[in-house]
Amino acid sequence: MTAVTVPTAPAPQATPVRPVRRRPTPGRIVAWVVLAVIVLVTLVPFYWILRTALSTNSGLAASPGDPLPVDPTAGGFERALGLQSTKEAIAQGGAGGGLRFWRYLLNSVVVSTLVTVCQIFFSAMAAYAFARLRWRGRDQVFTLFLAGLMVPTIFTLLPNFVLIKELGLVDSLLGIALPTMFMTPFAVFFLRQFFMNVPREVEEAALLDGAGKVRIFFRVLLPMASTPVLTLAVLTYITSWNDYFWPLMVSYSDGSRVLTVALAVFRAQTPQTGTDWSGLMAATLIAALPMLVLFGFFARRIVSTISFTGIK
Amino acid sequence: MTIASSSPPSRLPPGGAERTATRSSTDRRPGTGENRGDGRLAAVFIGPALLGFVVFLLWPTLRGIYLSFTRFNLLTPAEWVGLDNYVRMAHDPIFWSSLRVTVVYVIINIGVQTVSALAIAVLLQRLTQSALLRGIVLTPYLMSNVVAGIVWLWILDTQLGVGNEIVAALGFDRIPFLADETWAIPTIALINVWRHVGYTALLLFAGLQAIPNDMYEAAKVDGASEWRMFWRITMPLLRPVLAVVLIMTVIGSFQVFDTVAVTTRGGPADATNVLQYYIYGAAFGRFQFGYASAMSVALLVVLSAITFVQYRLTRAGQTDLG
Repeated sequence: MTAVTVPTAPAPQATPVRPVRRRPTPGRIVAWVVLAVIVLVTLVPFYWILRTALSTNSGLAASPGDPLPVDPTAGGFERALGLQSTKEAIAQGGAGGGLRFWRYLLNSVVVSTLVTVCQIFFSAMAAYAFARLRWRGRDQVFTLFLAGLMVPTIFTLLPNFVLIKELGLVDSLLGIALPTMFMTPFAVFFLRQFFMNVPREVEEAALLDGAGKVRIFFRVLLPMASTPVLTLAVLTYITSWNDYFWPLMVSYSDGSRVLTVALAVFRAQTPQTGTDWSGLMAATLIAALPMLVLFGFFARRIVSTISFTGIK
Repeated sequence: MTIASSSPPSRLPPGGAERTATRSSTDRRPGTGENRGDGRLAAVFIGPALLGFVVFLLWPTLRGIYLSFTRFNLLTPAEWVGLDNYVRMAHDPIFWSSLRVTVVYVIINIGVQTVSALAIAVLLQRLTQSALLRGIVLTPYLMSNVVAGIVWLWILDTQLGVGNEIVAALGFDRIPFLADETWAIPTIALINVWRHVGYTALLLFAGLQAIPNDMYEAAKVDGASEWRMFWRITMPLLRPVLAVVLIMTVIGSFQVFDTVAVTTRGGPADATNVLQYYIYGAAFGRFQFGYASAMSVALLVVLSAITFVQYRLTRAGQTDLG
């Protein structure tokens, strides 16, 4: 799903609507209860992942409803990280098939970083060319890019797989990253909007100082765009990190397997004793943790800059 | 699954579009110091993005349409078969059942998600402006569909899942949420609501921020209730934003794949064999890339039609905000 987010100038902080009337009316109480339920439904699964990851598989089977970890242990995490011997793992209800977690983590980091850095950089350059440079065919090419927004990503996956295969990049990290490394129409559109709104005077002052357009882009516009670029970068990183369908098509072996695909494989290898829920939840948690940390760092900026623009 | 790499010579599209970009034009805009166009510089700046656009978006789109008229198994060159794939599709009962399953999924998913997101957005706007709460509702969106699928698979497990412990504690029979033909699709739809609702709510919330506060103040002076204000102020003024969000989420919803792949794998008995999962199976399970492409084209047509109708019905392009 494409994000439709455009950072506006620090949105005029809507002043709290009613600092005057704070009496708890029945309506407000109901509203708060509803909100509390929503927060609960949102967060409880996270707690449940942690609680399960810290339990033993036998304990989980014995008391499935216990709100606390059953027989607290780090075994699940050890299995997920491949720290246990096969015998140990099987004894604790694991599959014994080593999950090369660090390898997958590294692969995910490489792919997501490659995609994010290149995509944002190239998209920003294109956005600048669309917003500020003058060249023949600009409007036609931009219209073409906009039309690209209409093509669902999923439609291009099959032909792209054929192309990646022809390029000999199947089962490589580059093959996973390549299709989204150059641009997405959305990123270009999003950044173009931002550059269009920068007052021309800013650049003209720099031009008078003898700066070239390249310099203006790198020294003036790009730094000014740091907030939208950051928001876009974090969202791109998350999207890339969480992608499953495309890496599933392209990657066949450990060398190019990313975390999402590895998790699905881990889930599919059911040991004799039934699914290794403890290990699976531990793996799930570790796979999701980097995004939680990333978001934790930038949450305030992102949440307050997610704003809306209709595509016009 | 392995695929022998006997790839035919790669056919890269000609760089025709790039060449148009390099030609400089004479600037006719007054007021700026520059008289000449920035053709050469623009070519450098637009180059990488344009290359990516042509190679990985434009070309695949055209090629996907072309492949839908061929028989193609990746190993031998594609062979033109005219409308064969489409004729086959029309007579394929699994295709039609997949389409039906997908539509049911989208209706439940979008229905529940839109109403919940709207409720959350309004609560976040009218009740509290807490940024912390906005951050909290966004957290599930940070998980991948794979993670969300696995977690709920565990919570809803018939024997060991805490969800079913609660169902049992309430005195009902345990529900095989993801293993039962009737329950599976609604369950998957709700799992995806869990992951996406916060993000959708934040988009709507941003739309709500654009509604001037004095409208609510004025209505309050006139003695309007929150309920009435919602229907008379919020809904009409949010409509354009809601329409675009709806179009976006419906398009996303039709592409459901990940959650099905990790939870039910299309089962039980094709009950969750959504279109995208069926397409994937045709391409990578049976190597019928031509047929898979034809079904992709069908999905593309359906999505374009829905977008068009929604756009017209909701008048997404217009705003009522003076």
